[in-house]
Amino acid sequence: MLVFEKSRPGRGISALPKCDVEVYTLADEDMREAELHLPEMAEVDLSRHYTELAKKAHGVNDGFYPLGSCTMKYNPKVNEKAASFDEFTQIHPLQPEHTVQGCLQVLKESEELLAEITGMSDFTLQPAAGAHGEFTGLLLIKAYHLANGDTQRTKIIVPDSAHGTNPASAVMAGMTVINVDSTPDGLVDVDKLREVCEGNNEIAGLMLTNPNTAGLFDPNIKEITDIIHECGGQCYYDGANLNAIMGWARPGDMGFDCVHLNLHKTFSTPHGGGGPGAGPVGCKAHLAKFMPGVKVTGEEGSLKLTKAEESLGEMKNFYGNFLVVVKALTYIKMLGKEGIPEASKNAVLNANYMMNKLSAKYDIAFSPKVCMHEFVMDIARQAKETGVTAMDIAKGLLDNNIHPPTMYFPLTVHEALMAEPCETESKETLDEAIKVFLDLNDLAYSDPEALHAAPVKTPVTRLDEVGAARHPVLRYEFE
Amino acid sequence: MELKKDALYAKSHEWVAFEGDVAVIGISDFAQSELGDLVFVNLPEEGDEVVAGETFADVESVKAVSDIYSPVSGTVCEINEELLDAPELINEDAYAAWFIKVEGVGDKSELMSPEEYETFCESEE
Repeated sequence: MLVFEKSRPGRGISALPKCDVEVYTLADEDMREAELHLPEMAEVDLSRHYTELAKKAHGVNDGFYPLGSCTMKYNPKVNEKAASFDEFTQIHPLQPEHTVQGCLQVLKESEELLAEITGMSDFTLQPAAGAHGEFTGLLLIKAYHLANGDTQRTKIIVPDSAHGTNPASAVMAGMTVINVDSTPDGLVDVDKLREVCEGNNEIAGLMLTNPNTAGLFDPNIKEITDIIHECGGQCYYDGANLNAIMGWARPGDMGFDCVHLNLHKTFSTPHGGGGPGAGPVGCKAHLAKFMPGVKVTGEEGSLKLTKAEESLGEMKNFYGNFLVVVKALTYIKMLGKEGIPEASKNAVLNANYMMNKLSAKYDIAFSPKVCMHEFVMDIARQAKETGVTAMDIAKGLLDNNIHPPTMYFPLTVHEALMAEPCETESKETLDEAIKVFLDLNDLAYSDPEALHAAPVKTPVTRLDEVGAARHPVLRYEFE
Repeated sequence: MELKKDALYAKSHEWVAFEGDVAVIGISDFAQSELGDLVFVNLPEEGDEVVAGETFADVESVKAVSDIYSPVSGTVCEINEELLDAPELINEDAYAAWFIKVEGVGDKSELMSPEEYETFCESEE
């Protein structure tokens, strides 16, 4: 039931004091023609309404959440504690610099630590999310080519296993996308890449995740970035999968020129539910003069904000989602130099443990010996033999209080279930989930209809996804 | 798998049939069944140029968005506007639910006969 349906005329909440200033009325032509449809409810009913909605959701605090490429790790509560300090919350973005030295210190240390983890020289904390970071990185690449007079460099290479946001960001940045197919083992086809690039002065660059969406680390990465640089292009690293390698390998050392990170994935800030997110962008020295926003410079105690000399402008107002940055910095500092690589190591260990146990009943796409932080199950065999699809297995997981893996992605695997268990899950949680997965496979063979009907235990059961997409009802119709 | 006997097929699963000089283009029954229930279709506009082997439309299922490639080069002279409101027509009959008509056909991509295409699809499965 929607909040509007629970509304009763005249009901309200008495929490607000009576207005103690003169009421000012706008001129008639500036007024709305109709009253706003605001729900009128007692506080108790409103409170229950949102509690009821919360019970229908599934978050990391409710249960296992192996949503591939999303890194739904547990977010330590200490992050929230740090972000709730008055010194961080009771400030204004236009406050004089000498009164917010602590906040500037947070920005500076965050920039420096992220640069160290990725092998970059500069960072901007302004972008608000991953795709926003991609867009920023591409604008940096574009600014670099334009500054060199290379106006013809408008083509960006994206492998077919890339996140859908990559080509979308490229188009937003005014570039044309060239798709390069993967090899049968799921990696970038180096020969095809060389064919596209050699002597091609229209290449702006390449967008790549490494490890890729199939959880495979591309061993040819240095050769790939060399090919791009040889034809004059720049290499962009999509940090979606950094959780697999942080503290072990750095995009900068692989030959990437700029990178975005998802603080809401790798650095344990809240993910989903509207965020807010943060997608800081790092770059090497040759791109630094084009960076958006402001950079913190100077010494501790006399820090100030300066703008890059040929800055491409503002990607967002002020300094990005500052409190998200506070949470990420808390996480990095809590883990420290030893904890960061250990987190990655355990993320990879957990993924391999799960993959090996599940391979008893499930086909693993590209059959890797070892995966990184995630792996892709291919349900095509079950679909052919039983009619149970990746979608049905996903729905069956819901009945077992497990959030499904990412479905039907990467597109190179038709019945894909991409699982990323994360480092924060215990062996007991993984073992329980493995048992559920294996039981669901058996159920597909013994009673496929049961899986077509799943979920039956959730507050909302099987949705008509096709109907919802074909005939979307996007707003409440008032009487 | 249904086949349209008087059509030619591309490896990317589009069909093309000729009404005189005009090429009528759609996606094959195999393609619609692999894509699943379609919920959205994006078509070019009349007068747009299409190029053999390059994308001219996209279709969206609950699983994914997929590009549709043109089997021929030429100029779009008509689009099937009915599909925009009712993409399910493609699932119902892929050969009745044509996407676009193209005139001034120049290049053609490598096309297969219905028999060759059937063999090709079997090898894809």
